[in-house]
Amino acid sequence: MARVSLRVNGTSRVVDTDPTTPLLYVLRNDLSLQGPKFGCGLGQCGACTVIMDGNAVRSCSLPVSSVRNRAITTLEGLGTVARPHPLQRAFIAEQAAQCGMCMNGMIMTAKVLLDKNPNPSAGQIKDALDGNLCRCASHLRVIRAIQRAARERA
Amino acid sequence: MAPHSISRRDFLKTTGGLVVSFNLFEPVLSLLAQGGTPLSNAGGLSPDQLDSWLAVAPDGTVSVFTSKVDLGTGTGTALGQIVAEELDVLISKINMEIGDTTRTVDQGRTSASRTLERAGPQMRQAAAAARQELLKRASASLGAPAGQLTVADGVVSVAGDSAKNISYAALVGGKPFDTKVAASGEQWDLKVAPEVKPKDPKDYKVVGTSVPRFDLPPKFTGEFTYAHDVRVPGMLHGRVVRPPVVNSKPASVDEASVRNIPGVVKVVQQGSFVGVVAETEWAAIRAARALKVTWSAPPGRFPAGPDAMYDYLQNTRGFSERVGVDNGNVAAALTQAAKRFEATYRWPFQMHGMIGPSCAVADVQGDKATVWSGSQAPFITRNGIARLLGIREENVHFIYREGSGCFGRLEPDDAPEDAALMSRAVGRPVRVQWMREDEHGWEPKGPPQLITIRSGLDGQGNVTAWDYAERTLPWTDARLSPMLASRQTGIRPDENGFAIGGGDGIPYAFANRKTTAASIPWMTNPNPLRTANLRAPYAQARCFASESQMDDMAAAASIDPVEFRLRYLGESKRTADVLRAAANKAGWQARPSRASGGGGGGSAGGSGNIATGRGVAISGMAGTVVAQVADVEVDKSSGKVTVRKVTVAHDCGIIVNPDGLRNQIEGNVIQGASRALMEEVVFDSAGVKNVNWNSYPIIRFREVPDVDIVLINQREMPPMGGGEASSIATGAAIANAVFDAVGVRLRQVPFTPERVLRALRAGTV
Ligand code: FES
Ligand code: FES
Repeated sequence: MARVSLRVNGTSRVVDTDPTTPLLYVLRNDLSLQGPKFGCGLGQCGACTVIMDGNAVRSCSLPVSSVRNRAITTLEGLGTVARPHPLQRAFIAEQAAQCGMCMNGMIMTAKVLLDKNPNPSAGQIKDALDGNLCRCASHLRVIRAIQRAARERA
Repeated sequence: MAPHSISRRDFLKTTGGLVVSFNLFEPVLSLLAQGGTPLSNAGGLSPDQLDSWLAVAPDGTVSVFTSKVDLGTGTGTALGQIVAEELDVLISKINMEIGDTTRTVDQGRTSASRTLERAGPQMRQAAAAARQELLKRASASLGAPAGQLTVADGVVSVAGDSAKNISYAALVGGKPFDTKVAASGEQWDLKVAPEVKPKDPKDYKVVGTSVPRFDLPPKFTGEFTYAHDVRVPGMLHGRVVRPPVVNSKPASVDEASVRNIPGVVKVVQQGSFVGVVAETEWAAIRAARALKVTWSAPPGRFPAGPDAMYDYLQNTRGFSERVGVDNGNVAAALTQAAKRFEATYRWPFQMHGMIGPSCAVADVQGDKATVWSGSQAPFITRNGIARLLGIREENVHFIYREGSGCFGRLEPDDAPEDAALMSRAVGRPVRVQWMREDEHGWEPKGPPQLITIRSGLDGQGNVTAWDYAERTLPWTDARLSPMLASRQTGIRPDENGFAIGGGDGIPYAFANRKTTAASIPWMTNPNPLRTANLRAPYAQARCFASESQMDDMAAAASIDPVEFRLRYLGESKRTADVLRAAANKAGWQARPSRASGGGGGGSAGGSGNIATGRGVAISGMAGTVVAQVADVEVDKSSGKVTVRKVTVAHDCGIIVNPDGLRNQIEGNVIQGASRALMEEVVFDSAGVKNVNWNSYPIIRFREVPDVDIVLINQREMPPMGGGEASSIATGAAIANAVFDAVGVRLRQVPFTPERVLRALRAGTV
């Protein structure tokens, strides 16, 4: 066990954990954040995506010891139902999910995309999200939601 | 030779023309033959009490209690709309309470897209009865006859004198109704308050509108609690350990092999069930990986791969052979046909592929248990756990928490039993989540199908004969079958599993038509090719085979494929209407397939290596009818099929929530394209080979087609299912579009580039 300091959603947190533990389990079990989801644990689906230093990363595949003092944002760090982030508002407006199990990854990946490219084409959205799997096939709605968010931000 | 491989010759032994399987099965006793009790599926609150269905809070909130669970398809919102409509309360006042076995009536499992069709009227009538009761009480309180009362937003007023009013909340808020309602039948067939007259659909204000889904906002913020997010005090983490090859059992388990992992609490072994429990999730995962288990030599093997599997289906006698329809004289008509067609179509094992794997929390304390999961069948899961633990059904409290979109996978919900076994072993609540390889490897698969159609045309291009024969596996792990942990601890399944079906999935009125289905015996012990219902079960393959054969005949007769189909839809007006609607929306130009021999549109569309084509297919499911037109591109150099657009016309009776329905249709079509283009379980005699997303790919953003939808609303009809019907014809429409583009007929799913390329070179597959 080791004490690991993390910066999550703007707050410093210290956890006492096996340092090989993937970040995902620390976020979910030690810090009670349930936005990031376990989908595959293999870096293949995107369900566990968080933003670290401005990039979308897969928390299932990052040992917590490797992210000490890095700035991590989870879905909870964007907004709440009462005060949604504009991107979350766009997903609500487009009703862009079925089960929603993949949506953490969709929204976090889209956040990074829009931060870097505020006005992406449909093709650029598809490229950015191509590594995020959705079994319910909400893809078209996700694309529309991201386009709406870009539009409403403009 | 690999240690577990066997040759096909060992596997199949021919005896007098009949091929029987060899070494495939352990002897399986049926549960009843052992004197065991079959699983009961009853329970829940009494349906003849209004309080079992509805409660009004002092603030006017109406809680709606239902055991029809929302699987991420929006049925919770749609049922809420139906109740809000009947009661005349604001939709914002509806609070859905879903899937708690101590607080709901057993309305049967949630599957087959029957929620709105079956539970819709149940909830509507319960609400109509509640409204009648509330009006009666308001009448007494306001001193006006019930006939003079109107309701708006949960407030009852005297018509023409709105100052005289009283709210539902004031009438019953916070108190039980304590009112009996008529109820008969059970589960899907339960009838509630049938004598109460509901609203005339003409007056609907909420039903038929795109009410935003109740569940979505918190799903976009991380505030929604899925089964995977349930945490209870004192909870430990469990992981299951499954055998590396099919059918082997743990001969010995070396507990010392995980003792050095901090946080390990217990290695749990019962029968052939093996699991580990630890203080942290990561310790449980590490221990499950590190645990040394010596596995017994397996007593039975799978066919050596997908091809051997189709041979097995072809050559093994069915335990159940059924005739669906038998009209006219098919044999004679085939003999007399001017042109005969015979083809065999293959559909592989496929996965449900939940994005979030199976997960449950169980807390077993003495003879009581509480369980949380995303089961499609709360009462069946509850009763299965009672049987597994040997405790009373009422002592198991099942609480539904939504899981991942599951498409049938959580009708047999395994994780609650894994969690229950481990919780009992450690005396504390245990959360079990399957790893990705557990889910891909051990989820019950959609069974493979082998379909042969012989058909004939007369000299004028009329279909004179249709002989459809299907061979497939039963569902070994659906409905009331014991889950994995039950089987591992010695609870035997029924002998063969469920053999269902017998139709060809199409509504054409041919004078001479026969359909048969054979269910072939399959293993019922715990194994990675266990079978269960997968979205639109069996129907996609039936449609693929039938609609491909239709397309072949239309091309041979040089008749436009839409026109050709319409000739046989005289009796099925709604199907003919969706077919015309889809064709119109897609801008369909009447012409024979370009691939047809006789005078089509000339050379294929497209340019260079890219050929373009369009194809059509129709389907029906439990009253819902759908037509689809696919526009595809085929890269002749690589064999890659790209689906550009699918146009869908859909009629499921009255539409409760148009945007919710569109959401379902988009998902169905895209998932249907995924299954047709790329999905196949790969296995050898020892087990399943594709146990992650790289080896079992599903459709990605870059490959997703546009979906253009025409909804046909039948206001005078009851609501019917929208959750599956539009997935059925997508594969067939794509196959027909590929035929139109490049003139090769695909008869085996998936349409991978390699297979398409081979077909292009050979002229067919
Ligand atoms: S859970 Fe991390 S990529 Fe799938
Ligand atoms: S919405 Fe269900 S997996 Fe994407």
